[in-house]
Amino acid sequence: MKILVIEDEASMQEIIKETLEKEKYLVESATTYDSALDKIISFDYDCILLDITLPDGSGLDILFELKKLDKTSNVIIISAKNSIDDKVAGLNLGADDYLIKPFHIAELTARVKSILRRKTLGGKNELVINNVKVLFDDRIAFVNKEALALNRKEFDVLAYFMVNKNRLVNKTSLAEHVWGDFTDESDDFEFIYSQIKNLRKKLKDHHAEIEIQAVYGIGYKLIAL
Amino acid sequence: MRLHNYTLLYLSVALFFIIGVWASIFYFQMLDEVYDSIDDNLQNYKILIIKKAKTDSTILQKVTFDESNYSIKKLPSIAASKTKDIYKDTLMYMENEDDLEAVRLLKTVFTINHTDYYELNILSSMVEEDDLIEDLFYSLIWLYAILLVSIFLVNTFLLRKIWKPFYDLLNQLENFNLSSSNFQPLKTNVHEFKLLNNSVSDLLKKNIELYTSQKQFIENASHELQTPLAISINKLELLAEKNELTETDLYMVASVIENLQRLTRLNKSLLLLSKIENKQFSDEETVSVNEIVNRLAEDFSDLASFKNISIEVVQHAELSVKMNKDLADVLLGNLIKNAVVHNSSNGYVKIILEQDSVLIENSGDQTLDAQHIFKRFYKNAAEKNTTGLGLAIVKTVADKYGFEITYSYNDKHCFRIGF
Repeated sequence: MKILVIEDEASMQEIIKETLEKEKYLVESATTYDSALDKIISFDYDCILLDITLPDGSGLDILFELKKLDKTSNVIIISAKNSIDDKVAGLNLGADDYLIKPFHIAELTARVKSILRRKTLGGKNELVINNVKVLFDDRIAFVNKEALALNRKEFDVLAYFMVNKNRLVNKTSLAEHVWGDFTDESDDFEFIYSQIKNLRKKLKDHHAEIEIQAVYGIGYKLIAL
Repeated sequence: MRLHNYTLLYLSVALFFIIGVWASIFYFQMLDEVYDSIDDNLQNYKILIIKKAKTDSTILQKVTFDESNYSIKKLPSIAASKTKDIYKDTLMYMENEDDLEAVRLLKTVFTINHTDYYELNILSSMVEEDDLIEDLFYSLIWLYAILLVSIFLVNTFLLRKIWKPFYDLLNQLENFNLSSSNFQPLKTNVHEFKLLNNSVSDLLKKNIELYTSQKQFIENASHELQTPLAISINKLELLAEKNELTETDLYMVASVIENLQRLTRLNKSLLLLSKIENKQFSDEETVSVNEIVNRLAEDFSDLASFKNISIEVVQHAELSVKMNKDLADVLLGNLIKNAVVHNSSNGYVKIILEQDSVLIENSGDQTLDAQHIFKRFYKNAAEKNTTGLGLAIVKTVADKYGFEITYSYNDKHCFRIGF
């Protein structure tokens, strides 16, 4: 899997690179409009992360070039601007997703993986870890072919952890991903704990070979047993 | 006090003194002239009587006034020689008035053939001073009143006519709104008004520029903060993932991440505020408030059930509003979130949808300061996790669409949005 990161901010680029390399992806990067253009014309990528504001041009123009090359289906726009106009323009030009800075690395991983799954599995949008299988489109999870009775939020939590296997998932990141922006000020996310407790119990009851571990003070981590 | 009445007050006091001083001067001058005239008359009379006496000695016997106005008395020659003309005021009984009235008396001495000396007294009726004063007083009161009334009328007319540009300006300033900057310069030929006009225009222009640049500054600053915030949080997340940290280290990292996230929330809220103020949510559509409220109630159900708080939605009516969809979410979301987060344990949230309003009630122990809750960065000292911007955002959205938002407390917190 080859991913191109077009981002002018060196530190940001480093972070994205490190995050994605942990998932065993091959990551290349471009910091300017021109070098980005060179790369997209010369090579094919499975996923492109595109910053809208570049020092020598607009990311939207790169998107336009990609559209001409018919390569837009796997682009995630990264922007510091939560601008509806940019979002609409980007998605209209064929970008797949729009991620607003600051984002959590778990969220980034989830978005990239979602794109790669759709691209590579030929419609079979699923993920398997040991005896646990998640079907994203049908929103069902199985342990040993036996369906887990999960409510909507529990499924979202499990899916998010599955995608971020072995990665530290910040509790804010989890809350934002599953419950949306409005949960932000709510009592240090204590309520998440009760949701995870339920989920853990259901997984254990079905003898799932995965475990959601608490990481002291920060969040959780899903590991394969 | 209005400018109009203020002028009138000063003028009435000034006029009172001016007319008072003028009246006394006028009174004495007039009296002086009257005396002068009477005395001249008496003098003339004296000459006529003396002439007559020289030819007709019968009048020398007229020792009392009786029906005429003079009397003659023979004097011993020695006493008479030194006597001069004396004018004096005295009182005399008047038949018609049945009272003593002031009269002017000329006492003089004349001689016939330098042997016989006679004292001549001539009377003339006088101005009745008390009557004069009374008449004068009433006339002046009338003058004063009429002057004030005319000044009032002229002033009213002048104020309306001449001061029109001034009042127009005042009116405009009263209705002036920094964000809509609707100032229209005045049309006037009066130098002072032109000056005022220009000064006010300049002042407003500077203020608008300042306001705009400040708004722009907040937006730009918030944008610029996003990337470094993102980098800091993400680097710490990567650091925490490294499995090299002790529990104490992790705890510190977690605390830094938490604070950075607070900063991020604050920054996002500020950005949202300035975006609303900078009119970046221009597209509007008809949104169903019922739909949004039901969805939000569902979104907050996990948090609410964790806190043992019940959420109830009472739909008395179908309510639709024409506004930006995202802002509708922000408006209702912030209020419902507030109701859930700032609740008492085992409390409730009740959302009531009426024909043209939404009521969001929740249990709570004590009333909030209705004066300040919608101000930016207003918060309870006990709540460390809030940005203090939630209700400011609510108010900004409500103001943008002219919704009326009110808070009241009656054993429960109640926010009402009137659409």
